[in-house]
Amino acid sequence: MGGWAIAVHGGAGVDPNLPLQRQEEAKRLLTRCLNLGISALRSNLPAIDVVELVVRELESDPLFNSGRGSALTEKGTVEMEASIMDGTKRRCGAVSGVTTVKNPVSLARLVMEKSPHSYLAFSGAEDFARQQGVEMVENDYFITEENVGMLKLAKEANSILFDYRIPLPGTCAAGAAATNTPIRMNGLPISVYAPETVGCTVVDRQGRCAAATSTGGLMNKKIGRIGDSPLIGSGTYAGKLCGVSCTGEGEAIIRATLARDVAAVMEYKGLGLQAAVDFVIKERLDDGKAGLIAVSSKGEVACGFNANGMFRGCATEDGFMEVGIW
Amino acid sequence: MGWAIALHGGAGDIPRSLSPDRRLPREAALRHCLQLGVSALQSHAHPLDVVELVVRELENHPQFNAGKGSVLTTDGTVEMEACIMDGKTMRCGAVSGLTTVVNAVSVARLVMDKTPHIYLGFQGAEAFAREHGLETVDPSHFITPENIERLKQAKEANRVQIDYTQPIKQDEKSEVLAATGGSGDSQIGTVGCVAVDRDGNLATATSTGGLVNKMVGRIGDTPVIGAGTYANSYCAVSATGRGEAVIRATVARDVAALMEYKGLSLQEAAAYVVGERVPQGTAGLVAVSASGEVTMPFNTTGMFRACATEDGYTEIGIWPTEQE
Repeated sequence: MGGWAIAVHGGAGVDPNLPLQRQEEAKRLLTRCLNLGISALRSNLPAIDVVELVVRELESDPLFNSGRGSALTEKGTVEMEASIMDGTKRRCGAVSGVTTVKNPVSLARLVMEKSPHSYLAFSGAEDFARQQGVEMVENDYFITEENVGMLKLAKEANSILFDYRIPLPGTCAAGAAATNTPIRMNGLPISVYAPETVGCTVVDRQGRCAAATSTGGLMNKKIGRIGDSPLIGSGTYAGKLCGVSCTGEGEAIIRATLARDVAAVMEYKGLGLQAAVDFVIKERLDDGKAGLIAVSSKGEVACGFNANGMFRGCATEDGFMEVGIW
Repeated sequence: MGWAIALHGGAGDIPRSLSPDRRLPREAALRHCLQLGVSALQSHAHPLDVVELVVRELENHPQFNAGKGSVLTTDGTVEMEACIMDGKTMRCGAVSGLTTVVNAVSVARLVMDKTPHIYLGFQGAEAFAREHGLETVDPSHFITPENIERLKQAKEANRVQIDYTQPIKQDEKSEVLAATGGSGDSQIGTVGCVAVDRDGNLATATSTGGLVNKMVGRIGDTPVIGAGTYANSYCAVSATGRGEAVIRATVARDVAALMEYKGLSLQEAAAYVVGERVPQGTAGLVAVSASGEVTMPFNTTGMFRACATEDGYTEIGIWPTEQE
């Protein structure tokens, strides 16, 4: 094979009752982002630049759960996190608890390139952002009306279930949420808790892999809760052989060190990309629900998920292109 | 098969010229903590309880870089982080940015046991600890004169070396950070403990104050599952060293992955990761396997460490044993 390849995602675990119009909007956004990435790859932009570019676009659009349009914390605020990794030397950068930086993925990139560290969080990350002169906005820039409504539903759902690990029968009385869907993520109705984390992974013509992931995290999360997206090896990983970005139930992804495992299985078991992806989705998630996108240094692209659907798009240099949800 | 335990007080550029007044108390502490852990295992305590107990003890000791005695941020403050993981269930808990809680490892344990989450940071973690009645103190409790001095030296070295607005190439990061280590009694460690009981139940816990002169908000490898801390049904691992290098190499996860995916033994897997996956002088780890083996490799000058197995083997050390 050889040649470039790109994959993007907008979250694993989709509400089966998602209105058609919303599905179309999602596919349009994924297509637009894919095309952005493809143009960049055709102009020979390195993989690390392409993933940042594409994830910035996803963060700026309010549709998915990152940047503007992020899920809200229990206090109704936004706390974002992101990570980025360059496979060539396994350089990485990550941020958590970001509240005023317009594009968290770019801040993660700056951590990687302009700081002596790999991961900065909360006020330290914000101070660094100011020092670097990145674009900063008020926290309410990220808050959408839709998510304010979702938070209310989430609180109602939560007040009924105080231990999410206790399985409940199919229905729940969460206000106006679709009450007849038995699908749950993080133990709560998917109509409210769909992860919709975003990510992108790319291999350029030189065979260099990169990956980036960005999110607002779990709806109604405790202040300070950190998920898988900023954790290298869990939500994001890139090495010489592949690049991976994951989404879904954060805790399950962390326990599975999902992103690293795709690469580890390729490296240590000698599996090819799709086989590695299939293996980790099948074997590493137990009862967790998640999905991932991956590219290999050879120009292949793959995705896998055990959740109900995953917003995704992928393309390779030989002309293959696909955008899908189910 | 039998129980096994290993613990560390940090890997780094520990000079052989370390004066007795700095060496002896740490050796005594390692011995004391080892005994604590061994007694607990002999009393059939669960490995999770054992590692938490031992790490709490290491956190309380002012000469290791965790809890009291944590190194200072560039602002002269303390920000502690910790992580705990249960190999059998793969449940885990992690915290970062703690400033007043006496035992970070216990907060991590509570996050694991009492929330549906894995990782809480900064103000959220502090609030959570308070909600659960954990012991908190004034932040000055954790600061020691030794660490104030280390910070001073690091800043003096830094003034020449780090300009944060210039790009730092990844391979330069290690050298740049090495210069901030100060006098050579470099406190770049963390503390950690791994244990396995007779039934093969594995657990690990790691705790740290992080890197001398670190940026406020800097998170290292300790709370990143798969980097500084990891346990599954094959082994339990706690790593120490330059956090940035340990994260990139997903050190703790890779030891287990090599055992599982390549069939390496605990010893081989750990030696490979420390020897080949991280730059020289950046890391060490302690690990135990489900069958009661133990290994403590490091590629730094030294690593404060101790281990014991049920069949009577005991080791307490700082520098590589071959050189003695």
